[in-house]
Amino acid sequence: METADKSLSRRNFIKITGLTGTAFTLGIGFSASGKDMTVVRAVTAETTNVEVNAWISIDTQGKVTIINHRSEMGQGSFQSVPQMIAEELEVSLDQINIVFAPGNGRRYGSQVTGGSSTIRGSYQKLLRLGASARHMLVDTAAKRWGVKASDCYAENGEVIHRASGKKLNYGELVTETAQLEPPKEVALKNPQDYKIIRKPLPRQDTPIKVNGKAIFGLDFKLPGMLYAVVERSPRFQGKVVKFDDAETRKVPGVKFVLKVNRDEFDNMREGVAVVATNTWAAIQGRKLLKVDWDDRAFPHHNSDELYAKMRELVKGDPISFRTMGNTAKTFAKAEKKIEATYETPYESHSCMEPLNCVANVTDEKIEVWGPIQGPDWIQQNISGHFKLPPEKVHVNMTFLGGGFGRKAFTDYPYEAVMISKEIKAPVQVVWTREDDMTIGPFRPGMVYQCKGVVTEGGRIGSFETKISGQNMDLQNPGADKSAYNSSDTEGFLEGYFNSIPHYSFGDSPLDSPVPVMWWRSVYASTNAFAFESFLDELAVMAEKDPLDFRRQHLGERYQLLIDKLEAVSNWKAHKKNEGLPADASAKVGYGVAITECFSSIVGEVVKVSKDAIGKVKIDKVWAVMDCGWYVNPDIIKAQIEGSIIMALGAATKHETTFKDGKAVERNFDSYKMPRIQDTPEIEVHIMDNEEKAGGVGEPALPPFTPALTNAIFDLTGKRIRKLPFSLDAIA
Amino acid sequence: MATITLKLNNKSHTIDADPKMPLLWAIRDLVGLTGTKYGCGIAQCGACTVHLEGKPVRSCSIPVSVAANKNVTTIEGLSSDNSDVVQRAWILEQVPQCGYCQSGQIMAASALLKSKPNPSDTDIDMAMQGHICRCGTYPRIRKAIKRAAQLMTQK
Repeated sequence: METADKSLSRRNFIKITGLTGTAFTLGIGFSASGKDMTVVRAVTAETTNVEVNAWISIDTQGKVTIINHRSEMGQGSFQSVPQMIAEELEVSLDQINIVFAPGNGRRYGSQVTGGSSTIRGSYQKLLRLGASARHMLVDTAAKRWGVKASDCYAENGEVIHRASGKKLNYGELVTETAQLEPPKEVALKNPQDYKIIRKPLPRQDTPIKVNGKAIFGLDFKLPGMLYAVVERSPRFQGKVVKFDDAETRKVPGVKFVLKVNRDEFDNMREGVAVVATNTWAAIQGRKLLKVDWDDRAFPHHNSDELYAKMRELVKGDPISFRTMGNTAKTFAKAEKKIEATYETPYESHSCMEPLNCVANVTDEKIEVWGPIQGPDWIQQNISGHFKLPPEKVHVNMTFLGGGFGRKAFTDYPYEAVMISKEIKAPVQVVWTREDDMTIGPFRPGMVYQCKGVVTEGGRIGSFETKISGQNMDLQNPGADKSAYNSSDTEGFLEGYFNSIPHYSFGDSPLDSPVPVMWWRSVYASTNAFAFESFLDELAVMAEKDPLDFRRQHLGERYQLLIDKLEAVSNWKAHKKNEGLPADASAKVGYGVAITECFSSIVGEVVKVSKDAIGKVKIDKVWAVMDCGWYVNPDIIKAQIEGSIIMALGAATKHETTFKDGKAVERNFDSYKMPRIQDTPEIEVHIMDNEEKAGGVGEPALPPFTPALTNAIFDLTGKRIRKLPFSLDAIA
Repeated sequence: MATITLKLNNKSHTIDADPKMPLLWAIRDLVGLTGTKYGCGIAQCGACTVHLEGKPVRSCSIPVSVAANKNVTTIEGLSSDNSDVVQRAWILEQVPQCGYCQSGQIMAASALLKSKPNPSDTDIDMAMQGHICRCGTYPRIRKAIKRAAQLMTQK
């Protein structure tokens, strides 16, 4: 079984890359035990049980091809993956051709692009792959020249003999190198010697993203392809009783109207698809469709009912996740203590590219193209449901016009496959903006109840958080509803657990028909608002500067970040009245928040002020990112800027509300986005250290909102505990 | 249905379309140029921006019949080799992340720079506020417009 798959995988690699069999191809992966990382030759991969999950290949022209096993949704894997390979392989970036890997969990390992994991999950592997290939090429050249390999070095796609200056291009070495066995051990470069890694090199996908040539899911077309839009139950779980398509079928271009399913967390949701020769005809046809829904089996909540339930739930005993000491007893006995409740809204992902997927089902295979974060999940899902072996399900990734978690989900490809199978033609399912914004899944709304104690010495004596909201893991049938949620502490600095004597984190999940899913930075995106606002409240009670208050609880790595944040934001100079509650009459306010998620730590300081008419505005944001080992500082900077602006939207502009069981906000006229004129100046700094690589795409989002509301407290003395809020409404 | 002549990027296309079909879908589905993006369908996000007789318009909200026989420029018509000054500035400032909204952003910036070769921050806010970027590339869009203005003076 393994062998057959491996042989297929190499053939596919050759097919995808257009390379011939004469190339030198190396793979890297883990042995069956999962413990040992092994570099293998292509021929060896077919006869061993190593799970190869990255390939590089060099052809006789010296051109390097690598397969990018992760999707490119703006976060820069298209650039950072080649940058890592180029460094250790000693080639320039323009010698590298990168192609998207089709979905194949067995071949590439997890391909789900989420959890800010592309670099941190694969960098050691990719560096070693590049270094192994370089060593082998040097060995081949040395052998040909009859000199010692240690007297040769590689540079810019060539092997050079140091003494004589003789050179051989990689392309001239590949045929012989392909016969060698890869070295068992290989030394990686010292970061001080990096020439490509850590440099702000321009992204290779930029040129095709400024002239319309980049193909996103919605741009993908097949000959004879039809376009479908689907009417789905506005109350999420409704079933189709009957539908009347008489008027729909009169629209020129409409070809089919049919009932379809969508696999939402292993629950089959129903809809009616209108299939036409162009998108507009399908949209027009759907407007004339009449569907009777049976939606009596579940409650039709309003937002206020959902929040009332959550506020009740946080009063009860949660399913405990992480505790130390006795928070209840400590709180009961304490003199200096506070209690606060924070609320965060439901949110839509609203990627600029609405959901869509192309499917073509033939007698031989199922093929899918689309903006996809989790190709291997989709392959598995389609293979299972449509009873085809995985190798007959081809899942192809286009560029993604944003992802943010939503496009890791398997529902929309399932629906496209079902339609193509029924109509026996290639089809693109297009979600209109209204579909995308109202069908979900959404970021779940949350309520946090925090109780804290400040000691005589001004430290945290006890920190308790009870959380309520929908747990994203409980939506599949048969999910264990008594299981704790290990994300209850996401966003909280790991360092606090070593210094706070009493703490407890737990949640009481809300049951609701609203579908929910990861939204950029997931639970940390909301947890951090509660944690870091509450820390600020505790600092005020302790009469300590918010940075000093945090500093005293934390170890060296955090302290270095705090020092940096303090220096770059000129915190000390601006913090007049140190150690006292904020002066409400001041014209300028500073707030800080520091969070940790996806193995990175980010601190942000926000400066706010009142303008001439007394309106609060954000003047500047300083961000310091500690993501350990990193590849491209400009991509990190871009991700931090984007994370801050996305957080600004969720804090001050938009939310999804529900009325009578339906999402109210349907498009950008009511779901208001931050715009260019709302964007503050953002200054980014990256810590340089020897720590392991952490995530980059998400960790800068969580601290922004609490840093902002803490700054508003510093400026106005008003504590914001419910999101979103309007900056215009603050007096 | 009607036979309509579209003049896209100086090339004529004869299409058979519902005259009420938005220009966006005619460009994308009937002509097959996909650089112009669908984002909201109600002129709120700017992803579908093209030039109609040189002026930036939301192609999602203009019936194809209105654009018939008029000069329409899409992102593909700006230049296919990235020689256009706005495209060059976008590359120099490394603006795109996911890139989906950038066709519309670039078309709006290009129109702005034609009418105001040296735009102020307020001019940029006014011209670009109708364009949503979910990745949050706004700081770089602002820089890129200023960079393009500089490049224009160097010509």
